[in-house]
Amino acid sequence: MKSDELDATLDSFGDALASATRVTPGNALRPEDIAKDGVKPSEQIAQYALRLGDDSLILSQRMSHWVSRAPELEEDVALGNITLDLLGHARSFLTYAGLAWDKTEDDLAYFREEEEFTSLHIVEQDNGHFGVTIIRMLLVATYQHLLYTALMESADETLSAIAAKSVKEVDYHRDHAIQWTIRLGLGTEESAEKMRHALEILWPYIDEMFTDEPLHDQLEGVAVRPSTLRAAWDQEIAGVLDEAGLEVPNVPQAMCKGRQGEHSEYMGYILAEMQVLARKHPGATW
Amino acid sequence: MAATTQNDSQLSAVPSYEQEQAQARFDAIIGDDSRIEPRDWMPEPYRKTLTRQVSQHAHSEIIGMQPEANWITRAPSLKRKAILIAKVQDEAGHGLYLYSAAETLGTSRDELNDQLLTGRAKYSSIFNYPARTWADMGAIGWLVDGAAIANQVPLCRASYGPYGRAMVRICKEESFHQRQGFEILLSLSRGTEAQKKMAQDAINRFYEPSLMMFGPPDDQSPNSKQSMAWKIKRFSNDDLRQRFVGMIAEQVKVLGLTLPDPELRFDEETGKWLHKDLNWDEFMAVIKGGGPMNSQRMERRRAAHREGAWVREAAAAYANKQAQSEVA
Ligand SMILES: [Fe+2]
Ligand SMILES: [Fe+2]
Repeated sequence: MKSDELDATLDSFGDALASATRVTPGNALRPEDIAKDGVKPSEQIAQYALRLGDDSLILSQRMSHWVSRAPELEEDVALGNITLDLLGHARSFLTYAGLAWDKTEDDLAYFREEEEFTSLHIVEQDNGHFGVTIIRMLLVATYQHLLYTALMESADETLSAIAAKSVKEVDYHRDHAIQWTIRLGLGTEESAEKMRHALEILWPYIDEMFTDEPLHDQLEGVAVRPSTLRAAWDQEIAGVLDEAGLEVPNVPQAMCKGRQGEHSEYMGYILAEMQVLARKHPGATW
Repeated sequence: MAATTQNDSQLSAVPSYEQEQAQARFDAIIGDDSRIEPRDWMPEPYRKTLTRQVSQHAHSEIIGMQPEANWITRAPSLKRKAILIAKVQDEAGHGLYLYSAAETLGTSRDELNDQLLTGRAKYSSIFNYPARTWADMGAIGWLVDGAAIANQVPLCRASYGPYGRAMVRICKEESFHQRQGFEILLSLSRGTEAQKKMAQDAINRFYEPSLMMFGPPDDQSPNSKQSMAWKIKRFSNDDLRQRFVGMIAEQVKVLGLTLPDPELRFDEETGKWLHKDLNWDEFMAVIKGGGPMNSQRMERRRAAHREGAWVREAAAAYANKQAQSEVA
């Protein structure tokens, strides 16, 4: 069978590219384009892109566990969308970072050791019940929304382009999390209690998101200095929690050094699961 | 529900002139190849058959997410992971379209869901087999979604409007599903020895169950005739099955792999594809709940429902409060 004949038999029922869930919307920047046409970033820019990519990758990996387990079917679709968006952002950032070291997104995702991952502790936290997942989404998506909005002004064109694509998607994640936070905060006594609990167990990982590093000093005008996002984030979160009848919990901040590759006990399991197949067949194409 | 009760009493009574008229209108619509819409009168057995078929189809989409969800976290490349998430998420969407179509026949989504969770409703038995390796993502896409397409394309012309229209949307996406599965197998078949072996093993395991997705042989499928008379179904089980097997017999050559069927051949005389006898005893055993995964599939669905109860209750309570404050 020739390849066009094969195409015809496989396509005979419609559009082979039609997924209701677009893997990459229309003409948006794709990781494949970055790999092909991207300009090689400096070592520092690559390190910065790696941080953002790792955050999205690990969060997406966590979120993907919800597929086929959501509280209702509509939510299965919504959580799947969000998982897919995050994975898309991760792929773009990792592909770009990898150009500095002649590595692909898959080299970075599957063949790095735990201490080489630079993600924040909050993204590796357990999904918990639906309320925990929603609060984590609220805290992280609000942060990423501010971050990408600022990053659109980056002097680095690729970072700014990835941010411009991603900002619209994290805005949807943020909105989705806000709607649920309000619904569950004001729904029943049980749901309010679960949301208070979710805030308590996740709040210790907030400070790490806003910690500046020497890397940010070296990337003036290119990277976004995390501390500059804090005031706006505090204000936004306070507003949402207030509307949901919830409060910022009074809990100490955890000592976290995710950016230096020091992770929680969760991370080993996350990576073991994510990397197992790829590592069993090194050098294979899929 | 009101409509159902009304129709029941219509049926049990001696046919009145109005009922005969209604039946004649229904017959004329079917005869014209036109479509029955929710507001039209329809015979009760037609409504029941469709409700069962459409809801079973919806349940299959939902349970069918599980074997593939099983590999999302372990997908061996980020691109494959993204495609697989998109695919599985499409299936949730298909479930939604189909539940909506089923609801237009007068049974609520809650009731349909309850039928699934309590085991009163069935779903496609193929999802009771485990997805043991990554290559199963290929075999499921190529063979299972492929068989689903072959079954579903004729359903786009089903006589019940909402069902036919749901199928049009679904079929568009199913082609993407089949292709991504084929591409997974193609990459494996061009890969290392271990990958090739994995691909062949997956095809060996899914070949027969996928052929059985078309349902029992025609002479053992008593309801098929009526479904065809109502123009819900357009082709017989055996006819669809032989067409499908002919298609994959060609496609498997591109993979450089084989189908586990020494009897498979095209019969010039009848112009049909012939395949080996299928293990219908196993099929029936799986339908009755004895497949390797029936218990897990059901429990996963029940667990999601149970663990999500507080979320749905809270959402309903919140919506209530909102509605009240709007009135106030
Ligand atoms: Fe489907
Ligand atoms: Fe499908």
